[in-house]
Amino acid sequence: MIVADRKPLKEILEMVGDSKKVLILGCKGCVTVCNVGGNKEVGILASTLKIARAKEGRPLEVEEKALERQCDPEYVDQIKDIVEDYDAVISMACGVGPQFLSERYPGKRFFPAVNTTFFGGAVQHGIWEERCAGCGACGIHHFGGLCPIARCSKSLLNGPCGGSADGKCEISKDVVCIWDLIVKKKMEEGHLDELMIFRPPKVWTTARDGGPRKSVREELVQ
Amino acid sequence: MTDLKSGSNLEKVLRAGHFAFTGECGPPKGANVEHLKEKVAHLKGMVDAVNVTDNQTAVVRMSSWAASTILLQEGIEPNFQMVCRDRNRLAIQSDILGVYAMGIRNMLCLSGDHQRFGNHPEAKNVYDIDSMQLISLVKKMRDEGKFLNDEETDVAPKLFIGAASNPFADPFEFRVHRLAKKIQAGADFIQTQCIYNMDKFREFMKMAVDMGLHEKCHILAGVTPMKSVGMAQYMARMVPGMDVPQSVVKRLREAGKGKVAEEGIKYALEQIEEFKEMEGVAGVHLMAIEWEHKVPEIAERAGVLPRPVV
Repeated sequence: MIVADRKPLKEILEMVGDSKKVLILGCKGCVTVCNVGGNKEVGILASTLKIARAKEGRPLEVEEKALERQCDPEYVDQIKDIVEDYDAVISMACGVGPQFLSERYPGKRFFPAVNTTFFGGAVQHGIWEERCAGCGACGIHHFGGLCPIARCSKSLLNGPCGGSADGKCEISKDVVCIWDLIVKKKMEEGHLDELMIFRPPKVWTTARDGGPRKSVREELVQ
Repeated sequence: MTDLKSGSNLEKVLRAGHFAFTGECGPPKGANVEHLKEKVAHLKGMVDAVNVTDNQTAVVRMSSWAASTILLQEGIEPNFQMVCRDRNRLAIQSDILGVYAMGIRNMLCLSGDHQRFGNHPEAKNVYDIDSMQLISLVKKMRDEGKFLNDEETDVAPKLFIGAASNPFADPFEFRVHRLAKKIQAGADFIQTQCIYNMDKFREFMKMAVDMGLHEKCHILAGVTPMKSVGMAQYMARMVPGMDVPQSVVKRLREAGKGKVAEEGIKYALEQIEEFKEMEGVAGVHLMAIEWEHKVPEIAERAGVLPRPVV
């Protein structure tokens, strides 16, 4: 899923500025699963904002809503009859949400309430980790099913570097050296020979480096 | 020696079978050319080539290629270091051509310390290619006269290709295989991480010799004399992939006030003596960090002077 973290209240208050009436719009997709932008978090942010503004002596009228998804025009359409009622809309979806909203409703202001961080999953309750960099050319089968592009700090394809110590990355003891895991897995499996294969420079054209990307499925295009 | 790959002094010294002795110099944190010249003057005639570091520890300094050309002007052979952290494949290839055009003949290929260590942790990290791919790329440009995309270069850069090896990083059992992979990719010479744990290094070299790696590549053992107990403790605790046994720290501490630096040099000299005899070791890479003025004394006491003229 796409993982995100909520922005600090101060930053959201600054974005909201002088608005008097706002809609906080959650998303029932990824951000609900990673507990940052679903119905529950919309409610929490609404209360927090109201209290903060009341303290400043500038009460804020806040309404709450969550769409099935904000990355789909069909659902984004669902606020067409109410969007004009607000000075601004605060989206709690990933970075896709406020953009789909901005494109659908020109002239309205949409603020991102979360920082979209990575593609990953929950390794335990309350802790998410990055797993995929969305490079557009998956090759994890060469690396024991572990992605060095997303998970090695230097995206090495022929690792590990000389900074790997006790299974940790040189950048922090909180970061696992993925190459340590790849090497140990291959050696335990008796596949040292696979580690000796020279992996050539990656073709980055399918990644963001090749420019903004688009996926066209001809059979679905009407 | 008619079939030299680069014709660099370092290559000639190693090919002639001499025990090589290389030094290191960090470019200034500014454009202080005089300070750089002063530092490298201590190394002149004392070593076969001087490594010029490339924004080491991810701290911005004068570019390694520019500092390398200053060494050339001073009559000192540089070993130009390049890291993959700061350049994509376009910049890498143009810099390779550029340094060759300026007369540089040795190049050490490195991944580079992550920028999170340095003084611009906000930077975007490049890592378009890794150190293994960089070695292979320099070899391709040199031997095939081709860029990464297979287009031909007009004049091929004839560089003596170096790579690093850290026998003390994990997983230990894979390190010698990684060394073999770098040699396979095209490394002509290897400079190791600073060695303090001699037992582990002996074990590593035995594996390398058993695999015949020393016959395919010149392996230079990395030596950095300790200046103080604090330096030893810092390296032991704070530098990832550095292995400083407590026995070494203890030895320095027991040397007593005012005598620690001399003890550090003594330990380095003992190491060099052992490396001279160690099977598979073709020389020493002396990294006297901000201690360049001590290099003549160390070289003299290590009995590596005068340096061979080949």
